[in-house]
Amino acid sequence: MRLRVRIVLVALVLIVGLAVARLVVELRADDLGPDAPFAPTAQQIERGAYLARAGNCAACHSARGAPPYSGGRGIETPFGTVYASNLTPDAETGIGRWSAGHFWRALHEGRSRDGHLLYPAFPYTNYTLVTREDSDAIFAYLRTLPAVAAPIRPHALRFPYDNQWALAAWRVLFFDRDTFAAEPKQSAEWNRGAYLVRGLGHCSACHGERNVFGATDEPLALSGGIIPMADWYAPSLASPEEAGVAGWTVNDVVALLGTGSTPHASTTGPMAEVVARSLQHLSEPDLRAIAIYLQSIPQAPARQRISSSGADPAMLERGGVIYRKHCADCHGDDGKGTPGSWPALAGNRAANMDSVANPIRLVLSGGYPPSTAGNPRPYGMPPFAQTLNDAEVAAVLTYVRASWGNTAAPVRSFDVARHRQGRVNY
Amino acid sequence: MRSAVALVLALALGSSAIAAESSDGMAKRVAACTTCHGKEGRATSDGYFPRIAGKPAGYLYNQLLNFREGRRSYAPMTYLIDHMSDAYLLEIARHFASLELTYPPPQTLGASSALLERGRKLVTAGDGAREIPACVQCHGKAMTGMQPAIPGLLGLPRDYLNGQLGAWKTQQRHAAAPDCMATIAGRLNAADVEAISAWLSSQPVPVPSAAVPMTTAKLPLPCGSAPQ
Ligand code: HEC
Ligand code: HEC
Ligand code: HEC
Ligand code: HEC
Ligand code: HEC
Repeated sequence: MRLRVRIVLVALVLIVGLAVARLVVELRADDLGPDAPFAPTAQQIERGAYLARAGNCAACHSARGAPPYSGGRGIETPFGTVYASNLTPDAETGIGRWSAGHFWRALHEGRSRDGHLLYPAFPYTNYTLVTREDSDAIFAYLRTLPAVAAPIRPHALRFPYDNQWALAAWRVLFFDRDTFAAEPKQSAEWNRGAYLVRGLGHCSACHGERNVFGATDEPLALSGGIIPMADWYAPSLASPEEAGVAGWTVNDVVALLGTGSTPHASTTGPMAEVVARSLQHLSEPDLRAIAIYLQSIPQAPARQRISSSGADPAMLERGGVIYRKHCADCHGDDGKGTPGSWPALAGNRAANMDSVANPIRLVLSGGYPPSTAGNPRPYGMPPFAQTLNDAEVAAVLTYVRASWGNTAAPVRSFDVARHRQGRVNY
Repeated sequence: MRSAVALVLALALGSSAIAAESSDGMAKRVAACTTCHGKEGRATSDGYFPRIAGKPAGYLYNQLLNFREGRRSYAPMTYLIDHMSDAYLLEIARHFASLELTYPPPQTLGASSALLERGRKLVTAGDGAREIPACVQCHGKAMTGMQPAIPGLLGLPRDYLNGQLGAWKTQQRHAAAPDCMATIAGRLNAADVEAISAWLSSQPVPVPSAAVPMTTAKLPLPCGSAPQ
C-alpha cells in the first residue's frame, strides 16, 4: 500500500518536473548569433509594402489618427487588452534596433527581440507560415517608414494571463512553429491562395472556431466563430449557408473580396475593414488564387434548419409593421431590395444565419460596405439602436427571417439585449 | 495643417474626380445619415443631433475627417464613415452643403434677460480684458459662417452648443492646429458657455442663411482649419 502511494507520488513529481522543464524550454529563446548584413533592394521594399497590406499589419499596428505603424491600438481579448507594438524604426520604442533575424523570429515563433513570448492577439499562429523571404521584404519596407517615438503602452491583462509562464503553457498546448509546404497535387494558383489565406491573410484568426483558451480549435480551420470581444460572428467558409463560396463563380468571389460587395452579398463590420485595408489592395492574380483556394474548402452538407414556424404570430405581425415603416423603403415590401443599391433580404445568407449576432449588430449599428475602387460610393444602412427597443429589433428580424421564403429561427429580445452591449466600433 | 492642405487640394480637384450625380441619387446614398441628422440633414430642434444641411462644405468635410481620424469622437457615427475614401467624404459634405432648407424657429425660450445679455455681449463684442475675441469676427456678422470652413452658429441645439464648447475645453474635440477654437473655449468659463449657448439658440436664423465669403481682414487668431 505504502509502496503504491510512493510510486504514484514519484510519478506525479516526474510529470510535474517534465511539464516545468517543457515550459522552461518554451521560455528560452535560441541565440540568433551575430546580425547578418541587411541591404534591401528597392524591389524588396516595394514587395514588402504589398505583403504588409496582405497581412493587414497596419490595421492593428496603427491607432486612430496616429501615424501608420506607430502602434498603440488595443486588441481586446477575453483575458484583457493587448496593445500592438510600434513597428516604425524608432530605436527606443520601435524596431530600430531589430535585425531581420529578430523580425522573422517574431513572425515565425512569436518572440520579441529580447526573446520574451508574444501574445497570440498578434496572429503569429498564422504568420508562422510566412517565408523568410517575405518576412525580410516586410522588414525592409518597415525600415523605410519615418521613425515615430511613441510611448509603449503596457498590456492590461488579468492574472494569471499577464504572466510569461501562462503564455508558455498556452503555447505548449496550442502553438507549433510551422512552414508552408506546397501541396504538389494542387496547382500553383491553389498553393498561392492557401499560403495567403492560411498565412499572411490570417483568415482563421476570425473565421476559426475558438475554444475557452482563445485558441482556434483546429489550427487554421475556417468553420466560423464569434470573434472574441468584437461580438461579430465570422461565418464559416466551409458552409454554403454561411460564407462558403464553393458554388460561386471565381469572378464573384474576386469582386466580393476586392470591392467589398456583389449583387447578393456585401461586407460589413470587421470584414469591411479587412477589405478596406487589405484585400482591395491585392493584385487580381492573388485575389483569384484566394478565390480558388476558398472554393476548394470541403463544404459541410446543408444542415437541417430550425424552422421559423415556431415564431409567435403576434410578434410576426408587429415585426411586419416595423418593417414597412423603417426598412421597406430600402429593402422593399417584397424583400427584394433595390438592385444596385440596397441588398435583398429574401434568401439573404447574412440575414438568415443560425447565429443571430450579425443581423442584430446590423440593425443596431447600421453600416456601410467600404469605399473601394470597384465600389467607391457605397450605399449604407442607418443604425436603429436609438429608434427601436430590444423587443422591436427582435420582432422585425423575426419577420425578416420568416418572410419571402426565408425560414430561419426567430430572434429573441434576450439576444438583442445581449448584443447591445457589443462595442460599436467593432 | 495636413487636413487644411488636403481640403484645398480636394476642393480644387474634387469636382473633376467624381462624376456628378443628381442630388436625389446622393440623398439615397446618405439615407443612413438622416435618421439622426433629420430629414435631408435639417435636424430637429430637440435633442443633441446637429444640423448639417447648408453648412459650408469645407467645414463639413473637415468634420468628417476629424471623426474618422479621432480628433472628434462619436462612435456610432465614426463607425459608419470609417472606411469611406476622402473623395466620397468630400462628395457627401458637398451634398449636405448644397441643401438650402428653411430652419425651424429658435428653440430656447424664456431664458433670463441677464443671461441672454451676457451671451449677446460675448458673441458680438467678446471680452477684451480676458482676451476673448468676438465670435462674429470669424463666424460672420450675421453668424451664418464664412466660406469655406467656418460654420454658422445659429440653428444649433442648445445642448449641442454646450457639448461642443465643453468638448473643446476638455480636449475631447480637436480641429487642425493651430486650433483657435480650443484657445477660445479655454478662455470661457462655465457661466460664459451657458450664456452663449442660451443666446445663440434663441436667435432666429436670418434669410439668406448661407455662409458669407471669407473676410480679407486678419482673423483675431490663426485657425488651422480656416487658413488665410
Ligand atoms: C490582429 C492584430 C495584429 C495584426 C493583424 C498584426 N499584429 Fe503584430 N502585433 C499585434 C499585437 C497585439 C502585438 C503585441 C504582442 C505582445 O506584445 O505580446 C504585436 C506584436 C508584433 C511584433 C513584436 C513587436 C515587439 O516589440 O515585440 C511584430 C514584429 C509584429 N507584431 C509584426 C507584425 C507584422 C509584420 C504584421 C503583418 C504581417 C502584424 N504584426 C500584424 C497585433 C497584430
Ligand atoms: C477581423 C476579422 C476577420 C478577418 C481577419 C477575416 N474575416 Fe471574413 N468575415 C468576418 C466577419 C465578421 C464576416 C461577417 C460579416 C460580413 O458578411 O461582412 C466575414 C465575412 C466573410 C465572407 C462572407 C461575406 C458575405 O457577405 O457573404 C467571406 C467570403 C470572407 N469573410 C472571407 C474572408 C477571407 C478570405 C479572409 C482572409 C483573407 C477573411 N475573411 C478574413 C471577419 C473577418
Ligand atoms: C437606407 C436604406 C436602408 C434601410 C432603411 C434599412 N437597411 Fe438594411 N441594409 C442596407 C444596406 C446598404 C445594407 C448593407 C450594409 C453593409 O453591408 O454594411 C443592409 C443590410 C441589412 C442586413 C444584412 C444583409 C446583408 O446583405 O448584409 C439586414 C439583416 C438588414 N439590412 C435588415 C434591415 C432591417 C430589419 C431594417 C429596418 C429595421 C433595415 N435593414 C433598414 C440599407 C438599409
Ligand atoms: C447615430 C446618429 C448619427 C448618425 C447615423 C450620423 N450622425 Fe453625424 N453626428 C451625430 C452626432 C451626435 C454628432 C455630434 C457629435 C459630437 O461632436 O458630439 C454628429 C456630427 C456630425 C457632423 C459635424 C456637425 C458639425 O456641425 O460639426 C457631420 C458633418 C456629420 N455628423 C455627418 C454625418 C454623416 C455624413 C452621416 C452619415 C454617413 C452621419 N453624420 C450619421 C449623430 C449621427
Ligand atoms: C479666430 C476665429 C474664430 C473665433 C474668434 C471664434 N471661432 Fe468658433 N470656430 C472657428 C472655426 C475655424 C471653427 C471650425 C473648427 C473645426 O473645423 O472644427 C469654429 C467652430 C465653432 C463651433 C462648432 C460649430 C459646430 O457646428 O459644431 C462653435 C460652437 C463655435 N465655433 C463657437 C464659437 C464661439 C461661441 C465663439 C466666440 C466666443 C467663437 N466660436 C469664436 C473660428 C472661430
